Amino acid sequence: MTKRTLFAGLLATGGVLVAGLAQAQDIINDELVINGDLNIVTQAPAADHLDYMSVVRSGWTFRSTETQAMQMDDFDNPGMLGVESAMSDFTTAMGADGESCASCHDGPESLSNVRATYPQWDEEHGEVQTVEMQVNECITERMGAEPWGYNSTEMINMSGLISWAGRGEIVDIAIDGPAQETWQMGKDLYYTRTGQLELSCANCHEDNYDNYIRADHLSMGMLTGFPTYRLKDARLVSVHSRFRGCIRDTRAETYAVGSPEFVALELYVMSRGNGLSVEGPAVRN
Amino acid sequence: MADNVRPRVRVPDSAAAGEVVSIKTLISHPMESGQRRDGDGNTIPRSIINRFVAAYNGETIIDVTMEPAISTNPYFEFQALIPESGTMTFTWYDDDGSVYEDAKDIAVG
Repeated sequence: MTKRTLFAGLLATGGVLVAGLAQAQDIINDELVINGDLNIVTQAPAADHLDYMSVVRSGWTFRSTETQAMQMDDFDNPGMLGVESAMSDFTTAMGADGESCASCHDGPESLSNVRATYPQWDEEHGEVQTVEMQVNECITERMGAEPWGYNSTEMINMSGLISWAGRGEIVDIAIDGPAQETWQMGKDLYYTRTGQLELSCANCHEDNYDNYIRADHLSMGMLTGFPTYRLKDARLVSVHSRFRGCIRDTRAETYAVGSPEFVALELYVMSRGNGLSVEGPAVRN
Repeated sequence: MADNVRPRVRVPDSAAAGEVVSIKTLISHPMESGQRRDGDGNTIPRSIINRFVAAYNGETIIDVTMEPAISTNPYFEFQALIPESGTMTFTWYDDDGSVYEDAKDIAVG
């Protein structure tokens, strides 16, 4: 290669980099306001337990303008179809006693603090529980009905309704006390390389957010928008499905949906989003 | 027959005479194409919404023939000129003969 072509090549690369930075900056400056009146915190100072990051950003800030717009209006957000479907399940009686969710929890609004504080330690069961585990506890122990599948459509929709009810609440996951052991296990998983590609969660979502992995714009891997309507799947996707997809992409055998490993990982990753707003059901690629 | 079919529309409550307004409609529907097979290899019968009509005070604004390649939960966004107060009606026709309807009033002035 002659000196001249080398120089031209460098210039071209420099141009792309500058353009990339400018674009990212524009996106960060956008504000997420849903339906014109619900302000969502999409950028916040990182929690104290995050050693390598100073700021955390919602996955919304990494998406294209068109995808962002879909989330700014509930009519355009296809995830709301799942929420509506769960709304009717919420008032449908299940089990022998003819009780529904609404028998105890008047309306979904009364559950507005749930998404922002789960997964959390459950004293009665002596374990960390996710929203899905809590829903199934209500269904089996309070209503006396058959549990829903952890990743069933009903469950994902109900999880979507609970996220929707808590939209705008600031995520505040307790990581100390009895939950600490599970949290540490989740943190270890986060930094453990898996699969033939030997990638950990941190390799993409901590070391390389805002960079591209092939055509994908890597986000910080926040869970605040889950369950998320993924355009490529055309349906709501649960946290554990997303975990499974990521680990599969490292060419590893994945943990099962609802497994203790994924519960621990969910606790840890959710706690990385402390300070951001709940914004589910979000719209993502 | 398709379950949980529910139409929803967004139309402004009011408009100036002669104003062009944006209308959004969406109907939840599986839009089964008739091309897919179930686990046993049997064809899943086609079940789609095959026609959508919007009208204002009886005058047709848009009349769409819909085909099997249209995805789940069909969404339409279009514009209409509003000359006077009236009612906009929306009608979806299902393969199974069901007809789903919705209507919204727009006030001019």
